[in-house]
Amino acid sequence: MSKPTTNAGPFFPRDRNWHPQALSPNYKTSVLRSPQKALLSFGNTISETTGPVFGHNMLGELDHDLVLNYAKPGESALGERIIVHGHVMDEEAKPVPNALVEVWQANAGGRYRHKKDGYLAPLDPNFGGCGRVTTDENGYYAFRTIRPGPYPWPNGVNDWRPSHIHFSLFGSGFAQRLITQMYFEGDPHIPMCPIVRTINDPAAIEMLVAKLDMNHTVPMDARAYRFDIVLRGRRSTMFENRMEGN
Amino acid sequence: MTKLEYLKESPSQTAGPYVHIGCTPNFIGNAGIFKEDLGARMVNEQSKGQRITIKGRVFDGTGTPLKDALLEIWQADSEGLFNSPSETRGDADPNFTGWGRQPVNLETGEFCFETVKPGSVPFPDGRAQAPHINFWIVARGINIGLNTRMYFPEEEEANAADPVLSRIEHRVRVPTLIAKQSGDTYTFDIYIQGENETVFFDI
Repeated sequence: MSKPTTNAGPFFPRDRNWHPQALSPNYKTSVLRSPQKALLSFGNTISETTGPVFGHNMLGELDHDLVLNYAKPGESALGERIIVHGHVMDEEAKPVPNALVEVWQANAGGRYRHKKDGYLAPLDPNFGGCGRVTTDENGYYAFRTIRPGPYPWPNGVNDWRPSHIHFSLFGSGFAQRLITQMYFEGDPHIPMCPIVRTINDPAAIEMLVAKLDMNHTVPMDARAYRFDIVLRGRRSTMFENRMEGN
Repeated sequence: MTKLEYLKESPSQTAGPYVHIGCTPNFIGNAGIFKEDLGARMVNEQSKGQRITIKGRVFDGTGTPLKDALLEIWQADSEGLFNSPSETRGDADPNFTGWGRQPVNLETGEFCFETVKPGSVPFPDGRAQAPHINFWIVARGINIGLNTRMYFPEEEEANAADPVLSRIEHRVRVPTLIAKQSGDTYTFDIYIQGENETVFFDI
């Protein structure tokens, strides 16, 4: 594998046609929550190339184990036990070490532990739906959870979200900040979902679909899904603009 | 022929209405998983510089405040240094994190950060940037996080010379990035759409 990134230069420009468009009328909430004027583009300054970094020692013992981190002693969350793991890389395929990965999700019945979620499916008293982990020196992360259920949401008359896990990522600079969602290979709801379809390119959607990974499955315990994540790459600072004479 | 091989960035998806579960679980009463919500405290008793409070709301295209938004800010310390491994110009104040995360109030839509006023930091060509704070806003219906900056109204001269503010072609839009001051409290309202649409950045 290539060496972790040590560049501190500006990030590669974001491909805004690859990302979802802000205004995606079939995802109705985006209509009033999308800027109408053009974004102002400018090269990164030090305010964008720097960012907070979180140490491994910040993490609690069970932060990466959603099966146990909200469960009563001796109990565990209900549902299909899974391990989700993968590499966090940049656009040059260099691993991103020490990246904070935060995840949240619904329970096995498709219900969130949130005061604003009133879906019929019951809460699981042993499941909080929240976890976090930092990548190791090779950019690798892993956490254990249960597979979240699909659930209906008020958009169209009969729209259902595919099973998904929300991911929040910090790289090494604030301009790398990313929130996305992970879907599960083979879920028939993926191509129907208005939120998934805010992304135009099928190859981009494919990046968000985790693959069943039998090699990392723990026999008689939990299946594994592989989900790699790519953050923006960055240039070296060697040739960056400086005042002449400096 | 040389072939360029790059990966594509993972595409963004909305944070959804339940972003608190993962990012600020204690705020919604899901206690016992994390000791405290990350980014809730930026300062402590020893932080150097002028203490300030930043308040505001995020409005949709009808002028209704968002009740489910989450904001993050990133800024230099009072001397203009970032608390980051990518900061190569010196050591930032160890008692100031530079990074804050706050959900808006679920009923009123108001956010509030307790921080310090940042110092000036250089633009890549060496010119000074006026003191500013980077904002990143996510919510249900926002497909990719919105980037903007807050500037300080008392820094008139520095703002006039700021290389980023100078890039804004339609000068009537510059005030959307400048907070309103009342003592040590600054109000920075963000308008996603409409007549006063905030200038958002592609950085």
